[in-house]
Amino acid sequence: MSLNGWLQISLFIALILLLAKPMGSYLTSVFDVDSKTRRRTWLDPVLGPIERLLYRLTGVDREHEMRWTEYAFAMFAFSAVTLVLTYGVERLQGFLPWNTQHLPGVASDTALNTAISFTTNTNWQSYVPETTMSYLTQMLGLATHNFWSAAVGLALAVAFVRGIARRESKTLGNFWVDLTRGTLWILVPISVVFALALVSQGVVQNLRPYDHAKLVEPQTLTTTGADGKSVSTTVTTQTIAQGPVASQEAIKMLGTNGGGFFNANSAHPFENPTPLTNFLQMLSIFLIPAGLTVMLGKMVGSPKHGWAVLAAMTILWFVATFACYWAESQANPLMHNVDQRASLTMAGGNMEGKEVRFGIANSALFAAVTTDASCGAVNSMHDSFTPLGGMVPMVNILLGEIVFGGVGAGLYGMLVFVVVAVFIAGLMVGRTPEYLGKKIEAYDVQMAMLYLLIFPLLILGFAAVAVMMPTNGVSVLANKGPHGLSEVLYAYASATGNNGSAFAGSNWNTHWYNYSLGFAMFFGRFMMIVPMLAIAGNLAGKKIVPESAGTFPVTTPLFTVLLVSVIVIVGALTFFPVISLGPILEHLLLHAGHMF
Amino acid sequence: MKKHIVTAVLYTVVTGVLLGIVYPLAITGVAQLLFPKQADGELLTKNGEVIGSRLIGQTFTGASYFHGRPSNAGTGYDAGSSSGSNLGPTSKALIDRVQASVTTEQANGAVPVDLVTASGSGLDPDISPAAALYQVPRIAEQRKMSSQMVEALVRGHITQRQFGLLGEPRVNVLELNLALDEMARKE
Repeated sequence: MSLNGWLQISLFIALILLLAKPMGSYLTSVFDVDSKTRRRTWLDPVLGPIERLLYRLTGVDREHEMRWTEYAFAMFAFSAVTLVLTYGVERLQGFLPWNTQHLPGVASDTALNTAISFTTNTNWQSYVPETTMSYLTQMLGLATHNFWSAAVGLALAVAFVRGIARRESKTLGNFWVDLTRGTLWILVPISVVFALALVSQGVVQNLRPYDHAKLVEPQTLTTTGADGKSVSTTVTTQTIAQGPVASQEAIKMLGTNGGGFFNANSAHPFENPTPLTNFLQMLSIFLIPAGLTVMLGKMVGSPKHGWAVLAAMTILWFVATFACYWAESQANPLMHNVDQRASLTMAGGNMEGKEVRFGIANSALFAAVTTDASCGAVNSMHDSFTPLGGMVPMVNILLGEIVFGGVGAGLYGMLVFVVVAVFIAGLMVGRTPEYLGKKIEAYDVQMAMLYLLIFPLLILGFAAVAVMMPTNGVSVLANKGPHGLSEVLYAYASATGNNGSAFAGSNWNTHWYNYSLGFAMFFGRFMMIVPMLAIAGNLAGKKIVPESAGTFPVTTPLFTVLLVSVIVIVGALTFFPVISLGPILEHLLLHAGHMF
Repeated sequence: MKKHIVTAVLYTVVTGVLLGIVYPLAITGVAQLLFPKQADGELLTKNGEVIGSRLIGQTFTGASYFHGRPSNAGTGYDAGSSSGSNLGPTSKALIDRVQASVTTEQANGAVPVDLVTASGSGLDPDISPAAALYQVPRIAEQRKMSSQMVEALVRGHITQRQFGLLGEPRVNVLELNLALDEMARKE
């Protein structure tokens, strides 16, 4: 670890904490539906007419308020229709325009997996984009979902916060209005500016066919032919994939989607060419989630509560970043005659799967940030991390991606933990727990537990089935030994948690993994939204009880510590056994000199 | 309920056109206008022919060229098929590959780690200054140049941290080799 590395990491978190407040105020103005208190934003003159036109074209009554069930139904209907669109575009891309490489339609299992993946904000990619997806599919089939699924997440988070804030109300707002305002006021304007900033640094943005460069030094490749004889071929050109990358890259990060335009994702120099683009990409992952905590505080009338939640997130972020940076700075003891020490002229450490321009600090920070949130973009290959370094992103996902978290999904995931934390505090003093003046009762806790149990059930259930199948489950894995188990565990955690990053070496593009991971992504998103909205709907209807001596304050450092403890204890109780068989065992074997 | 399904379909069509067609095309238009070179991938040309991109590495295996990092993109630095090795730290395949590279690159002292490990993209255009300086004696010998001259060339091609803070110092291998050829041509 170096001083410069920590300077970069400190600058990153300082900027996020500074931006949280203005972003939170802006989010509050955008999502305040009460016409009496709503504050205008400076984008209203431009976006107001577009918003009204959109409602007219799609038949939305903006004054209509929805109960939680109707809100959930509208959300589900929209997600289903957009899923079908993407599946259709993928299958038919051979007949559609902007297909400069004349790519055929995508195979049905891959197409379904991808459609679910992008609809659920996961962006798990079992395909190699540059040889599978046409420019139209990338733009219309995939980048659209980067907006839609993020806007859906935002809407759901806002609905949950309204559930806490409202008193004796039956409704949570209007799904279509929340979806529209999140898209037009938040996601589109920031993406436009961000995309152009990325291009200025070298992220490509064009619709030209792939280029073919004449190599400076032609290469002779020797391969063994089918008849056992070695064949020499001379390679004289380099194919350079192009595309409308920057426009997709911007919303990929801002919407915590993470689906790369290219196979190498944000490690690819055309997606992430400079340290500055890398820094901006990391900032954009946390920007909205950090702002949402401030919005929470403002909307429920307790700004300090928002800060207390943000503090819990920051603590968990720091622990993850420190652990990952430390682990990745270590040398691999199995390599000999290799200089792995950091110096003024090199980053050193575990450089397999990492880019020189990012080095160790920016790769470790990116890995922590992308899995703290449910982004899943990667600028280095997590599969090649040291055992403990790779354990950090895995644990981040297994904790539920609530550290800042995905756009919207992170906040409502965190608030479910808040409900559990308040409940536990109530048990400890023997009083009915209250949360911001609302009694937390059996129904709320049941729904919160349902939310917390669906998640490990899907991950551990699927992973257990996969490792019991020698052909479909195990033979496709790239690495043997405990690392292979880590790959399977990471895959189902990433899918269920809608993260999308991977221990990517294995061939996930098989029938079993495409369908089972698709199932995990679908239920990991929608099955968890139902109990979450049920809590919100139930909370909205409750009366406010006056604060008393027995009320557990949710604005203090004590609350922050309790919240962090609950998250860590729930995660550890659920996943420690399987983690000890994966990364921890691998760490011990690595230092005992074992190879697989 | 039926109303929501109709709205969902209409909403998908309208915003699909807006976000999936209008938005990327508008960004493409503005980008091509403001940053034409960057938007097309900073392509390098020689005698009117494209010979690479400044941002994408190429394979160099000859002893008289600076070598970049091992690559898992296609058959090596295939920018139509980016990829890392994704081999874990206890993988025998990884250790065997690294030790083979060590044998190829070994000169004086232990080999800098980035020179014998594959990047995440398989297209990494850079190596660390340490990895470039490590190769100076070989290049000087092969090209019959003084090692001071080659070292000065390397030092001239070190890209420092952005704004003196972000990222890591690095050397672009393709640009360095082009400069090396240029220097040899002039002599």
